[in-house]
Amino acid sequence: MSVNQTSHLKAVPKNYSAAPSIDKLAAYIHVNRLGLQINQQTIFEPLTLPVYTNHINALIGPSGCGKSSLLNTIIRLTDYEKNTRIDGSVFVDKQNIFHKNTDLIELRKKVGMIFQKPVPFPMSIRKNFELPLKEHGIKHKSDIEAHMETALKAVGLWQEVADRLNHSASMLSGGQQQRLCIARVLALKPKALLLDEPCSALDPIASRIIEELLQELKTQYTILIVTHNLSQARRIADYVAFMWYHDKHGKLIEHNRADVIFENPSNPITAAYVQGLTD
Amino acid sequence: MIKLPAKQQMADLLLKITSWFCGLLIIFFFAYLLFDILLHGLPRISLEYLFSQPLKAGREGGIAPMLLSTLLLLALCLLIALPIGIASAIYLAEYTNESQWFARFIQRSLNVLASVPSIVMGLFGYAFFVIALQLGFSILAGALTLACMVLPLLIRSIEDSLRNIPDIHRLNARALGLSDTRMLFQVLLPLAAQGILLAVILSVGRAMAETAALLYTSGYVTRMPESVMDSGRSLSVHIFDLSMNVPGGEQSAYASAFVLMLLLLIINLFSNRLSSVIQNRSTR
Repeated sequence: MSVNQTSHLKAVPKNYSAAPSIDKLAAYIHVNRLGLQINQQTIFEPLTLPVYTNHINALIGPSGCGKSSLLNTIIRLTDYEKNTRIDGSVFVDKQNIFHKNTDLIELRKKVGMIFQKPVPFPMSIRKNFELPLKEHGIKHKSDIEAHMETALKAVGLWQEVADRLNHSASMLSGGQQQRLCIARVLALKPKALLLDEPCSALDPIASRIIEELLQELKTQYTILIVTHNLSQARRIADYVAFMWYHDKHGKLIEHNRADVIFENPSNPITAAYVQGLTD
Repeated sequence: MIKLPAKQQMADLLLKITSWFCGLLIIFFFAYLLFDILLHGLPRISLEYLFSQPLKAGREGGIAPMLLSTLLLLALCLLIALPIGIASAIYLAEYTNESQWFARFIQRSLNVLASVPSIVMGLFGYAFFVIALQLGFSILAGALTLACMVLPLLIRSIEDSLRNIPDIHRLNARALGLSDTRMLFQVLLPLAAQGILLAVILSVGRAMAETAALLYTSGYVTRMPESVMDSGRSLSVHIFDLSMNVPGGEQSAYASAFVLMLLLLIINLFSNRLSSVIQNRSTR
């Protein structure tokens, strides 16, 4: 990660990446005036949010402001909810995901999602890879093994589990399970990763490992992470989108480079939130 | 210890004794039943008893045809009920929720079906399978009737075990791009395997003990069944017939009861072992 060592206040011991300004970048995922209603209740108001390629994009804001719902909408997990109304569009790799010809299996191969609870299928580690890989057409045993090994190595788990691939994934520690979940997604060779508070169920050491992992992964993947942990966002995010709620529904308040959001936000709500003055 | 007033101490003691006595009573009934059956049944039990034809209406000889009929009935009953049961449970657990009238209607129907007395079920089986579908008194008609009887139990337990699977696994499966079919067959059903097996065991127990429903449907001839279209007498019907209609058949009835109980016991013991094996196999 390239860092800018010069322009910082003493009080903030954070080296932000020298991220370019926001309108010059390629965005693998482009959320375009997307609004979501469930049961006639607005979850979030129409918002536009480019998710920049090969950067860590963080989504911060209080609980209930629609951050997780936004992630779910991007891979159309909202399809399984009843009475949803979606306005606007989401472009993934320049394709509108709401187009009627969208192949959901293909979409979910391109954009992987990692949930808050680190829960692999309570099956063997091998089976956890086998199921999704087979679905996506990788059927040969040797191919599956190769994909699995590469992915486990990418998350630094290979050394730890290589000799017990037939053991249940539930035997692993929380941090290991979350890395397994990430590896399981990586094995499908996605282009983007959506992470919904991936560290909130983990201890600080395990969280650090995941954070370092994300820093490495961003060179190859587009990352959108929801986090409640502001210091985590400070540590790893290149770009930050801040959501807030009013009238019981979510709204995008501000989106900018991480240093701008944390040091010099333009909206007073953002300023209060990042200083910890609101909850 | 806090010293309580004498009156309260008395009450506590009384409660203790009463509950202890009730516990003892249950053990006593079970032990008496077991002892009674063993005492009267065991002298008749031998390999020959298990594998030979009954003589003199069952007073002498063995129970080979009844054993075969019972096993055929059970196998056929499961063969019919299990696919329907699993499919309905999947529909109820995965595709419906309480708010849909159709799902509620199915649930209600299951509740009613579950509480239909077996004699009524038997009459239904007779009217529908034996007469209307012209299956005659046959093992097939009996198995179909038994299947109707165990279906509510089967569907309910399988539905429960599917509903008990945490939603996060469905979410993960979908987010990984798994098709609904693969999710169902390779994630949800393996995770529910233990529950399904338990449901099967309960159903087998229920079906094996069933008498009334079979009297009218699979009949009670004592010869060896030649096919599933042939009439056959189940062990429970055999016990009923020996004790009610055959003077001097008591000892043989006891022996058959012993065999029936032994079968149930074996199935129950095996089920524990089997369920852990299934769980391991299906998730490895």
